[in-house]
Amino acid sequence: MEPLEQLIARINSTFPGSEVSLMPNDAPSSQTSLLVSRKDGRRVAEFFKSDSLLRMDFLSNLTGVDWPDTVTKQKIKTKRNVDGVEKEIEETVETRKPGFLEVVYHLYSMELQHGPLIFRMRTENRVDGVHLPSLTPVWRGAELQEREVFDLYGVRFEGHPDLRRLLMWETFEDHPMRKDYVEPDDYEFEPTAHDEVLTKAKAYDSCAVALRT
Amino acid sequence: MMDEGLRRELSRQGIFTTTLEGLYNWGRKNSIWPLQFGLACCAIEMIAASMARFDLARFGAEVFRPSPRQADLMIVAGTVTKKMAPQVVRLYNQMPEPKYVIAMGACAISGGPFKQGYNVLKGIDRYIPVDVHIPGCPPRPEALLHAFMTLQKRIDQQRLTGPSSPRHLKESEPSEFPIPAFGAHDLTPGKNPALWSPPKIIRGS
Repeated sequence: MEPLEQLIARINSTFPGSEVSLMPNDAPSSQTSLLVSRKDGRRVAEFFKSDSLLRMDFLSNLTGVDWPDTVTKQKIKTKRNVDGVEKEIEETVETRKPGFLEVVYHLYSMELQHGPLIFRMRTENRVDGVHLPSLTPVWRGAELQEREVFDLYGVRFEGHPDLRRLLMWETFEDHPMRKDYVEPDDYEFEPTAHDEVLTKAKAYDSCAVALRT
Repeated sequence: MMDEGLRRELSRQGIFTTTLEGLYNWGRKNSIWPLQFGLACCAIEMIAASMARFDLARFGAEVFRPSPRQADLMIVAGTVTKKMAPQVVRLYNQMPEPKYVIAMGACAISGGPFKQGYNVLKGIDRYIPVDVHIPGCPPRPEALLHAFMTLQKRIDQQRLTGPSSPRHLKESEPSEFPIPAFGAHDLTPGKNPALWSPPKIIRGS
């Protein structure tokens, strides 16, 4: 397969004005991927499938990633005039980065025996802008996997023929694979609880004691 | 009750005596028909137990019934997800009395490796009365056979009258149990308080 930089150049020449960028990967596998914008998702996917050099006819895997809102605190030293005397004051500046949901696609070509080509799409945010174009019309195999991502992460795939929950029941409201999912309080704590479970178990114990007395 | 010495004497003379209770329980314990359903990998061990090598037929239990109306025993073999739990309880309710439950494997008795997960029921004994629990992941067919023999012993000891008679002979005891409903976040209710309450844990301070 051609290098990804070259592929990006080819996408840009085929679809002028499209937003496709390279996402490096520091992990040992160093599987570099492409970040495709929402609006170009569908046509870029069709390009991957139909292009004579790529022929990505097999969508091997499609999965979600939840990136919650991040708050980074930075200490900045500034000089200011306080009562006529110049003083150095330390200020903490909070920068809030809104989170988003990401869907990762792994493509292979059965015809040309190459792959994987990995690309990602990101939603606008995690609350109301959770829409992504469905790729089920391109690869039929995406149907159940998109339903699973919808069920567990809450990504809404526009153009999906039958977007229903796959694993949980219809009336279930949460998305269990999101980082901020709170599980129902039906624990049966083991006697050797530790870490987070221990704090939770202790809160449970004191609650039970309060009820008993 | 017949005197034990007299009974022995009669049997020496070629006369077999028994009680109605003994005959009734002997018949029941040797014809336990299980309900044919499996939920996960434990079902493979259950199938192995019913095949020639382990031969569940020796205990009169080889007739796996595809309908709950014809079954005496429910073997909950495998992981009970929260989505499946109402159907398991409904199947139990559809079985005629007397009926028994074997919870087979770590998942069925407690949720097993999925205990802390969002989608797995933490033990089927939260909704239906379980007679025999088998630990293991999955338990070997021998463990299922052992559970069977334990159940047979229990059936053999059941009194037909009196205060120690089993659940199905008491008018006041329920034969059906409430089926949990799918809620917005979890099954509602999360347990049947008449059957199950969380164990008290004594933690070292």
